[in-house]
Amino acid sequence: MSQAAIQRLQERFPAAVTGAGVSRGGDDVALVKREAIGEVCRFLREDPELVFDMAPYITAVDYQASEPRFELIYQMYSTKKNHRIRLRVGVPESDPVVDTVTGIWKGADWYERYCWDMYGIRFAGHPDPRRLYMYEEFVGHPLRKDYSLRGRQPLMPERPVDERFRGPGPTGG
Amino acid sequence: MAKDTDPSPLDAAPVESPLDAPFPSKRMLVNLGPSHPAMHGTVRAVVELDGETIHGMKLDIGFLHRGFEKSCENVTWTQVFPYTDRLNYVSSILNNVGYAMVVEKLCGLEIPDRAKYLRTITSEMHRMCDHFTLIGAMGLELGAMTVLIYAMEARDLLWDRLTELCGARLTSNYARVGGVSRDLPEGWVEKVERTLDHSVAMRNEIDKLLTRNRIVMDRCRGTGVISRADAIDYGFTGPCLRATGEPYDVRKASPYLVYDRVEFDIPVGTNGDNFDRYLIRIEELKQSERIVRQCFAQMEPGAITSDDPRFVLPPKPEVYGTIEGAMAHFKIIMEGILVPPGEAYSYVEAANGELGFYAVSDGGGRPYKLGVRAPGWNMLMALPQIMEGQMLADLIPTFDTVNMIGGEVEQ
Repeated sequence: MSQAAIQRLQERFPAAVTGAGVSRGGDDVALVKREAIGEVCRFLREDPELVFDMAPYITAVDYQASEPRFELIYQMYSTKKNHRIRLRVGVPESDPVVDTVTGIWKGADWYERYCWDMYGIRFAGHPDPRRLYMYEEFVGHPLRKDYSLRGRQPLMPERPVDERFRGPGPTGG
Repeated sequence: MAKDTDPSPLDAAPVESPLDAPFPSKRMLVNLGPSHPAMHGTVRAVVELDGETIHGMKLDIGFLHRGFEKSCENVTWTQVFPYTDRLNYVSSILNNVGYAMVVEKLCGLEIPDRAKYLRTITSEMHRMCDHFTLIGAMGLELGAMTVLIYAMEARDLLWDRLTELCGARLTSNYARVGGVSRDLPEGWVEKVERTLDHSVAMRNEIDKLLTRNRIVMDRCRGTGVISRADAIDYGFTGPCLRATGEPYDVRKASPYLVYDRVEFDIPVGTNGDNFDRYLIRIEELKQSERIVRQCFAQMEPGAITSDDPRFVLPPKPEVYGTIEGAMAHFKIIMEGILVPPGEAYSYVEAANGELGFYAVSDGGGRPYKLGVRAPGWNMLMALPQIMEGQMLADLIPTFDTVNMIGGEVEQ
């Protein structure tokens, strides 16, 4: 069903959509170039045959070994047409900046702040680019694969905790 | 058009005594929370007030953040289940089912019919628990303590039944990859039917106490309003979206489990205010009860888990009696299920809306990435806009009806 949406997207943006396919379990996925994400999203939202009106679920993945290192996921849904597609956008580690889509869906706000907080991907033009969960003094981005599992940055000194009460995983950070 | 120099009617009115003069007020910044009884968990709101009217509000979340995703990336696929219980801790089985479904989607695993029915029954019972909790808390905060007592009675009876089924009252853990953890105990169905009867009585009492109650109507009607277009734009799902008139429900839009085999209605509101959100919950309680009873009638005995040895633990007699069984058990426990590499997004209708899981597998025994689309996130995000220009006291019922659950929003 949403295969048609992907085709339409490919016809409209032959250069920006670098690939399309079906993931495990049958989700329709399109790979989109980072520079074009704002344009593509506006088209998806406003095109009368696609109308992806609901704010997408945005998250990121850290594929540590590959290039580009990060990938942004935009999971879209249209209440008018009842179809879904997913966009995957590669983001290089050297320049982790993507255009914001908060101007297209208000609901993208906190998801983008989440991606900045957890993965260190910045969104150009975001109206409130603070961290979402962590405090401003926090250094680094906890969901990057090179951030250690037990990396702790307490603002106040912690009570000493016996090592055997801590969970598995390396200390540090 | 009036000129700037024209006196406004207010200025023109003669001030006869100093007591009639308008009270000079200035804007004030007030900090609510993070630890405040009405803030449901630990959300901090900084509110700019002009008298009692809210002009600007900033939310600060993260006090309950415990690294859900990071933890999940470091345990096996099966060990993630207890973490999902703590997302929306009022209706934990809904989260279990949502997570189990994304793993099954990655594995391409079909689950037996009975397991689907059992998942539906427990999900709907937990949806009722969630709605009872919300209505009770709302009643309490609007001054109707009795409603809380009635709602807690109904909820705890339902929780008692779920305790009998899976051993835990609050963090019930029932779904497994490939099915559910155990079959129904002896005589459980009849007990649940009696519990449902009792909960109907409680629901009717609550309905009588609140729905036509002048105070509740005055506090809830026309407060916390969001338009249909804005709600979609913010990504609202679940009862909060349906209260605005948009009939989107995952159970109807893309049916999973056995929702295409049972009859139920999707209640839809018109105003998108607190009162509509409350009414939708009352109506959904009725629908959930209907679904559970239909499932009991349709369900047939049979297997409760898939028998695919790659993903599901072998039955205990095989583990203790055969070397293959023992090895399969050991491999699954120690290495985890080897989920085929790939990515998938799976979504269910949780009590607050669309609960989505985005999982990436690299072929190993642990999730490479597990993202959660928590339904409460979008509702909380929109709160500053909803409350703009409204009274501070209206924040309380609005905070109730958007039903922000710290566990899932702050992960």
